[in-house]
Amino acid sequence: MSSASTGTGNSSRSSDSTGIGDSPDRVDGVPKVTGAALYVDDLPAPDAWHGATLRSEIPHGRFVALERDPDFDWSDVVVVTASDIGGRNTVALLIEDQPALVPVGGTIMHREEALALVAAPTRARARAALKALRVTTEALPAVTTLDAAFAADVKLHGSDNVLKQLEIHRDDADIEAVLAGCAHVIDSTYETGAQEQMYIEPQGVLAEWRGDTCRVVGSLQCPYYVHKALVILLGLPEDQVVVTQAVTGGGFGGKEEYPSMIAGHAALLAKAAKRPVKLIYDRAEDIAATTKRHPSRVRHRLGLDTNGQLVAADIDVALDGGAYVTLSPVVLSRAILHASGPYRIPHVRIVGRAMATNTPPHGAFRGFGAPQTTFAYERQMQKAARLLGVDAFALRRQNMLRVGDSTATGQVLSESVGSQEVLDRLEDALAQAAPPVPARLGSLRSPVRRGRGLAFYFHGSGFTGSGEERLAGRVSVACLASGDFEVRSSSTDIGQGMLTIFTQIAAQALDVPASRIKLSEPSTERVPDSGPTVASRTCMIVGKLVERACTALAQRLRDFATESSLDASDLSVLAAQHVAQRGELSETCEHESPPGVQWSDETYTGAAYPVFGWAACLVDVAVDEDTHEVTVERCLHAVDVGRAIHRRIVEGQIEGGTLQALGWALLESVPYEDGRVLNPSMTDCIIPTSADAPDMETLLVEVPYAHGPHGAKGVGEIPMDGPAAAVAGALEDALGIAADELPLLPEVLEHLLADAPLDEAPA
Amino acid sequence: MKLRFQLNGAPTEVDVDPMRRSLDVLREDLTLTGSKEGCGEGECGACTVLIDGAPVNSCLVPVAQLGGHDVQTIEGLAQLGPDGEQLLDDVQRALVTHGGTQCGICTPGIALCASAALKREPAADRGRLRELLAGNLCRCTGYQLIIDALVTAAAERGRAAHEPSAPGGGADGSSAHDSTVRDPNAPPSGDRA
Ligand code: FES
Ligand code: FES
Repeated sequence: MSSASTGTGNSSRSSDSTGIGDSPDRVDGVPKVTGAALYVDDLPAPDAWHGATLRSEIPHGRFVALERDPDFDWSDVVVVTASDIGGRNTVALLIEDQPALVPVGGTIMHREEALALVAAPTRARARAALKALRVTTEALPAVTTLDAAFAADVKLHGSDNVLKQLEIHRDDADIEAVLAGCAHVIDSTYETGAQEQMYIEPQGVLAEWRGDTCRVVGSLQCPYYVHKALVILLGLPEDQVVVTQAVTGGGFGGKEEYPSMIAGHAALLAKAAKRPVKLIYDRAEDIAATTKRHPSRVRHRLGLDTNGQLVAADIDVALDGGAYVTLSPVVLSRAILHASGPYRIPHVRIVGRAMATNTPPHGAFRGFGAPQTTFAYERQMQKAARLLGVDAFALRRQNMLRVGDSTATGQVLSESVGSQEVLDRLEDALAQAAPPVPARLGSLRSPVRRGRGLAFYFHGSGFTGSGEERLAGRVSVACLASGDFEVRSSSTDIGQGMLTIFTQIAAQALDVPASRIKLSEPSTERVPDSGPTVASRTCMIVGKLVERACTALAQRLRDFATESSLDASDLSVLAAQHVAQRGELSETCEHESPPGVQWSDETYTGAAYPVFGWAACLVDVAVDEDTHEVTVERCLHAVDVGRAIHRRIVEGQIEGGTLQALGWALLESVPYEDGRVLNPSMTDCIIPTSADAPDMETLLVEVPYAHGPHGAKGVGEIPMDGPAAAVAGALEDALGIAADELPLLPEVLEHLLADAPLDEAPA
Repeated sequence: MKLRFQLNGAPTEVDVDPMRRSLDVLREDLTLTGSKEGCGEGECGACTVLIDGAPVNSCLVPVAQLGGHDVQTIEGLAQLGPDGEQLLDDVQRALVTHGGTQCGICTPGIALCASAALKREPAADRGRLRELLAGNLCRCTGYQLIIDALVTAAAERGRAAHEPSAPGGGADGSSAHDSTVRDPNAPPSGDRA
């Protein structure tokens, strides 16, 4: 196993002749810094009306009646209800349980359910029309906590409110007996709250009908998800729905599934209004109604022997799925598949349940279930190190997975295991002088307590199990008459840099300058389905397809050169010649899983992921003893990405994910009351500012993956998984408290300290 | 109501309801869609414009308050070269080079705010730059590469000026969006409190 670990956050640019590993300017950089990039609300649509959504405002009940205020002027307003739906009234995803609009007489499952839609020439008129709609509902008792969901006094889903249950049994041993025989058992329960994606561009779409064809442009991650949902909702053949991604102002998972809802609404309104309709959420509506990270409760029992060897783990994972199934089964799957961590544990039992509650459905957010279980297992490892009095790094090294070891599902790790490398890299960096602490931190009011926390984790790249095979993503590359090459994929750039990375990969494979590569607009009428932009799969899975398609195309061009006795030194020239002489030439590649990847959905055993990324994060905190405000003074993050195709972009991914994780740990709070978000504004639902963020030390580790493009594997999600546990461990170190919940707001720390007051001398 | 102001260096007149938000008039009537709406309540800075050189949140400023002032939007930050080519401002250039833009929705506001901040405090260090940018939220970058970009742009400005940089001042925790930093004649509001 080779390790090529080079470069740090802000220093070296390792470059080679291909540009792979270099950091060229982003292809979308200039339009973004000049304001020229057009996001959905920037698209000119002079005739468009503006849509608005009438929501239920009760968490559970029956939709009895809808009336229009007879005194309101309805002449320039269209109103759409469930009875206007031409196809099936559902937002199609895994199963069809969520309606696009609750029909009169139907059941309201959460406070933000859409009951009706309006569109009018201006936003103000649309809002006024909403107020002129009178809703009658009948309330039913609601389930708004995990406890109530488990109690199942009110049944929302089946007889037990379990949306999905999944289990992993590593072996047949009686886990209770094994734990009883362990020298040490750490038994703790961890809770994490909802987290808002808080992309800075709220959700929005523009829909219009041209003849019988519905065209939607929107802020979205997955054009084909929206396409599938619209085909079903509108009852149209596939070729009469066209979905196109506009430049998208961040997603982080939040624009994975919800765009299918909002696109459906806009499409219905545009049909009724007989003109284009823009449906753009304002911040309050976006926070209140769209998906968030699943709140979780994880009970984790970890058994160790006297030498610190992990013997057994019994883990119970509960996620609050919200009112409908949506993506919860998949989030739960990823949660349990990561729940025993990057460790060798002979006996493992994991039971996961996603529960139904009367809150708006929780959904995809960077990490997708893994951050919740990572928080639990790394807090357990921190406690184990303290209990045994052993070094935090040493305990991880002693138990970590290495090449040849197998995970809880029995997946034998055959390559690209960067466990050792990330820990080495972090320890090396730590041994060097810390960068100066910014002056503003020097002004912290004393008394201050300081602490350090370490977290070590892994994250599966790509879809779970046989997901990639089932999906069979495709990419095409075509020669253009101009001598350019067009890469056609449905992957979307949501800020993560896909346009630039695909350009690099294609230019390298075709041996042409980057300026010769054009990325096709991600529109379902122009690009094949390469799968959704999720699951840390875009670079590794789709990027590989780009590479393969380009390599195949290059070969065909060279064959053409041989046949026609042409000079093959410049494929761009050849491409133009081919188009002129013989017409268009393109290559399409479909995903093929590497041999030996076997997975069973029935037994939850086998290769859960094609490969894993590995990471270690170390955080130093300072806590003001009076205010309990926490400052992250140092944050080192070593991440094994296989190979960084574009160093800056990879660093940016890691740093952005890290800060989202630090925010989740320390200040991002989404409280609910009776199923309603209590802080639906940016003023109250805060995220870190530049002044809250530490200077981050990002350490790229490259342990290549043979089946990724140039060795690359996923990086999008892993930085979100671990830093929260590092922060909590640092707070435990500083204050001697069991920091077992997130977010660790100052008031939470105060509460925890009331139970375990500080001793006299600082720790 | 008729209003006249300088917009990106050119005299401009609009005839609008004076209470409409500047952001809407810029985006809808003047089709300058580089200013973005992220929150509509003065928290995110995506709608930042410069009024008489000072950053304000245009979602909070009634358009009437633009009258008589010098307004700059992101569309006016890059200059046109002699051959009509686009010459990026050094802050814009640095943001591109250093990976300081990802999804880009925050970028116009950050570029404007940073450009104004570096004019006012060319000697700002990393910590101070973090404070100056605190009114402009970015969810993608973790701010690291943005700050890297600004440090580079500041250093280059310092070099270009061939002189020791001006006194920093203002290291009081105030962000660039702060009423204490502005000309008292400049329009009020639009700031983070
Ligand atoms: S739109 Fe967020 S501050 Fe103006
Ligand atoms: S680049 Fe996406 S919010 Fe800043």
